[in-house]
Amino acid sequence: LASTMTKQQANWSPYDNNGGTCVAIAGADYCVIAADTRMSTGYSILTRDYSKICKLADKCVMASSGFQADVKALQKVLSARHLIYQHQHNKQMSCPAMGQLLSNTLYYKRFFPYYSFNVLGGLDTEGKGCVYTYDAVGSYERVGYSSQGSGATLITPFLDNQLKSPSPLLLPAKDAVTPLSETEAIDLVKTCFASATERDIYTGDKLEIVVLNADGIRREYMELRKD
Amino acid sequence: MKLLDSTDSGNSSSIERTQYPYVTGTSVIGIKYKDGILMAADMGASYGSTLRYKSVERVKPVGKHSLIGASGEISDFQEILRSLDELILYDNMWDDGNSLGPKEVHNYLTRMMYNRRNKFDPLWNSLVLGGVKNGQKYLGMVSMIGVHFEDNHVATGFGNHLARPILRDEWHENLTFEDGVKLLEKCMRVLLYRDRSAVNKLQIAKITEEGVTVSQPYALKTFWNFNAFQNPTAGAEGSW
Repeated sequence: LASTMTKQQANWSPYDNNGGTCVAIAGADYCVIAADTRMSTGYSILTRDYSKICKLADKCVMASSGFQADVKALQKVLSARHLIYQHQHNKQMSCPAMGQLLSNTLYYKRFFPYYSFNVLGGLDTEGKGCVYTYDAVGSYERVGYSSQGSGATLITPFLDNQLKSPSPLLLPAKDAVTPLSETEAIDLVKTCFASATERDIYTGDKLEIVVLNADGIRREYMELRKD
Repeated sequence: MKLLDSTDSGNSSSIERTQYPYVTGTSVIGIKYKDGILMAADMGASYGSTLRYKSVERVKPVGKHSLIGASGEISDFQEILRSLDELILYDNMWDDGNSLGPKEVHNYLTRMMYNRRNKFDPLWNSLVLGGVKNGQKYLGMVSMIGVHFEDNHVATGFGNHLARPILRDEWHENLTFEDGVKLLEKCMRVLLYRDRSAVNKLQIAKITEEGVTVSQPYALKTFWNFNAFQNPTAGAEGSW
């Protein structure tokens, strides 16, 4: 009788990791958000030209890596919610507001999570750069810079070293936005990805960089190693 | 196999979910070429390790502007075709001069696959969706858990491992129809040699602004006359 009563095992997983890495760096009056454009599954590459970056509002851009179907669904939900906000309030959502919305949306699926690792970048209500970093179920924090995804373990220590982030334990609380100029920050991001591409098999092909500042939004690309 | 839920008191309500596929098709390959999209799939459907059905059309037109190719569970593909039929029907009933293009159909399929995955009852297919509308070529893919993307060339299953590398090397913009077919045949031949669920009977479908053409089934020429295959027992003679 025991043979007919064993608990059935799942033979398919509702999740997959499509890889990739995201980085965001906040400056005094700009924000740089970057992600590679490789989409993988297992040891195969599905496509080399896939954007992980989504503009949610005029001053708010999100980059996400993880399970692509969940990422896309999340982007869709947030874009739709932003449209409703615009209809109701006749204005764009601020980056901190979108930050909270993203956290709540992720926690809403706490018991069947969006397998999506996000960094939210943009300008806050004062025009200063802001970066929010998330885990898959919505815990978030405003930081001066962040990295998520398969290459995050390689990039974060490097950013810690280069951006000399003050300890969050200090009082009075020191601002975490970097004093680097926009061009220096972009260069730093390019270096991060070039290094991560060397050692992380899921990172590579092409780097997409989005820059948000008072003049608006700008996009840049850089080739990465394709192996 | 039925999954009993907590409200089950014996034999009343029981949730059935897809556990494994039964009758499956193997790879589908799609490429963009000068005038539109070319898609190839063999006509086999396996029942486990048996090559059970050998005349299954796995590439079908959808509306005026799209082609769909499916690998995976054939019954789920038939269900998808039924849903797409309904979708196109309602689109036509508007009679407003507008028709759903490949981008829209791909999005519909993606939502369908993702929502089934959310209910833990997936449609066990990997779909290729290609088409042309107003001169714009489109080629995309959706998997059974909703992972989707578009590219200049796509392939499902074994095709991803065996055909994509060939396509990455030899595909280029503005392939002629003849070159496109040759390229697809090259990929299908490799799959025929190396995929045990492939059968030597395939169809190549073409979609352009003008419309859809699905070729008659035909077979690829294969070569087995290698020296190593002659006198296979040469190094270790047996009794026969």
